[in-house]
Amino acid sequence: MSDLPVRDVPGRDRRRHVVAAHEVVLVAILVLAVVVLAAISKPFFTLDNLLNQGRFMTEVGLIALPMTFVIITGGIDLSVGSTLGLCAIVLGYSWKSFGFPLELAIPFAVLVGGVAGFVNGWFITRFKVPPLIMTISTLALYRGFAEGISQAHSVRGYPEWFYGLGQGEALGVPSQLWLLVVAIVVFGVILARTTFGRALYAIGHNETAARFSGIPVDRIKLAIYTASGIMAGLAAWIFVSRVSTTRSDMGIGIELDVIAAVVLGGTSIFGGIGTIAGTVLGLLLIQLLKDGLALTGVKGDATIVVIGTVLILSILLTNFAQRRRETSR
Amino acid sequence: MSASAAIVRPRRAGFVVSQEWLLLAALVAVFVVVGLINPRFVATRNLQTILLGNAYIAVAAIGMTMVIISGNIDISVGSLIGVLASVSGSLAVAGVPVVLSWLIPIAVSIIVMLFQGALIAYLRIPSIVVTLGMLSILKGGLISVTNGAWISNLPPSYHLAQWMLFDLIPMPVFFMIVLTVGAAWWMRNTVSGRSIYAVGGNSEAARLCGMPRERTLMMVFAIHGAFIGLAAVLFATQLSVIQSTVPSNLELTIITASVVGGVSILGGTGTVVGSTLAAILIAAIGSSLIFVNISPFWLRAVQGFLILGTVLADIYRRRRRGLAR
Repeated sequence: MSDLPVRDVPGRDRRRHVVAAHEVVLVAILVLAVVVLAAISKPFFTLDNLLNQGRFMTEVGLIALPMTFVIITGGIDLSVGSTLGLCAIVLGYSWKSFGFPLELAIPFAVLVGGVAGFVNGWFITRFKVPPLIMTISTLALYRGFAEGISQAHSVRGYPEWFYGLGQGEALGVPSQLWLLVVAIVVFGVILARTTFGRALYAIGHNETAARFSGIPVDRIKLAIYTASGIMAGLAAWIFVSRVSTTRSDMGIGIELDVIAAVVLGGTSIFGGIGTIAGTVLGLLLIQLLKDGLALTGVKGDATIVVIGTVLILSILLTNFAQRRRETSR
Repeated sequence: MSASAAIVRPRRAGFVVSQEWLLLAALVAVFVVVGLINPRFVATRNLQTILLGNAYIAVAAIGMTMVIISGNIDISVGSLIGVLASVSGSLAVAGVPVVLSWLIPIAVSIIVMLFQGALIAYLRIPSIVVTLGMLSILKGGLISVTNGAWISNLPPSYHLAQWMLFDLIPMPVFFMIVLTVGAAWWMRNTVSGRSIYAVGGNSEAARLCGMPRERTLMMVFAIHGAFIGLAAVLFATQLSVIQSTVPSNLELTIITASVVGGVSILGGTGTVVGSTLAAILIAAIGSSLIFVNISPFWLRAVQGFLILGTVLADIYRRRRRGLAR
């Protein structure tokens, strides 16, 4: 029922085109990058290497999915890196110092992530704190908790089974990659096929109008910021399992990687536009560029120069395409 | 024109004054309370150390405040300060006259900021995207160019902080005070200064008043560049060894100073006196943790509470005045 009137909004068709255009640009860049990198470097275009890259992509990917939702509503969540760090510390300390069994420490850490996200959402909806400011303050706050609780000590010596998720394989594929794939499908379906997903676009386009249309704006926002925290908690679990240790500085700056992937994927920072497919393309492009350039002998630090440049250029290209379309209309 | 300014001014002035007095009161409270617990905290030497070590943050926050008032944000400043510090140090070590090793980074900074400003103003890319991209470019570029090498053997005359005014105020602190007062005066009393508020408050109305958004933004970013360049020089000249890294989350500390200083992230309000006081307050709180025997690892949590508290107080105050949007 709610699907029908939305489909008749003329703006939506235009948006479809713009998004499609951006995704085409991305696929083109992606193909070009893969071809060039495969030509220069032999080990790049091998199944082993590509699957292994999935391992490094999972944490950023898991957080990028709810971030896409958040940015589509016109918000932003800068606290995800700190939430990840806090969850990692909670996981390690509740097991090592408070004597939780590890099986309980993991869901507890994810729960703490959810609470952290809920706090963001609650202040944003209840007190109308701008999301940028709210999540900048919790960026400091959650990292502060992680540092304060751990006093900069690390936790290591987890039992062997714990490393299965981060370092093991399932059916020949890095195990955490399955989790990422499932998450992509779930978030993708929610965004594209449900009323909840449609509501996110409505909020991003015009929050007041969405409110007057009877969309429970505050409850939806609360849900997506909480989801953002939960996914950061999951990412923390995978991160700790992958690197075998817990430190309070985990995930510093990951929010920028995440936002870069989402924005590169064509989600508008002003809200109202974006897809999960775009975000996945953005993720893939960044990870393949990082890896491919590293294999062709470019130093790790120079690769982030390339990523910064690609980010700005791709937005420029899309902006031009959009403006051309708007003037020709 | 002047009539409308007269109507607008008292309200904003009242709002601004209260934020600044609040910060000043908090600052005095920190010094009194911590000073009573541990008198060494208020010794001249410690006060100098606090101010000297953080003058560059206050100076950078002046530029950041202008950028935020204009309705934008700049998260590239941390990386840029790192790049400029290395540029400045390399020049000084290479035997370039010391004055040039101070001035060239400022020029470079203005150019970088004009470039970013052009992307934001004319090509209309959101500032958070532009500066996020620039952050990667600068950070990666710096480390791959310098290979993480440290710059040492800086000439003795390079260090600005060795000059004291009246044997009491180190040069960087003097700069901080003069620039804050100057910028505050300029933003309050000149047409070009007030146009920043106009563009941030309502860019369409500003355009109709003959203040085009594009040109005002270019001006803001050029000035911001000058302040960031100077901040980088103040940062570099207090070090004996310049590394190719800056304090982590430096951009965040600078934005925090602006926000706690009373700038609204929605644009249109805030002053640089507030941001400088906030920078000093944050530094003082950080330093005080050591004097009252709290682990410095709690510093960031305290900072977080500070921002959150300020923002909530601001929102509460606006609601009471009926200014909430």
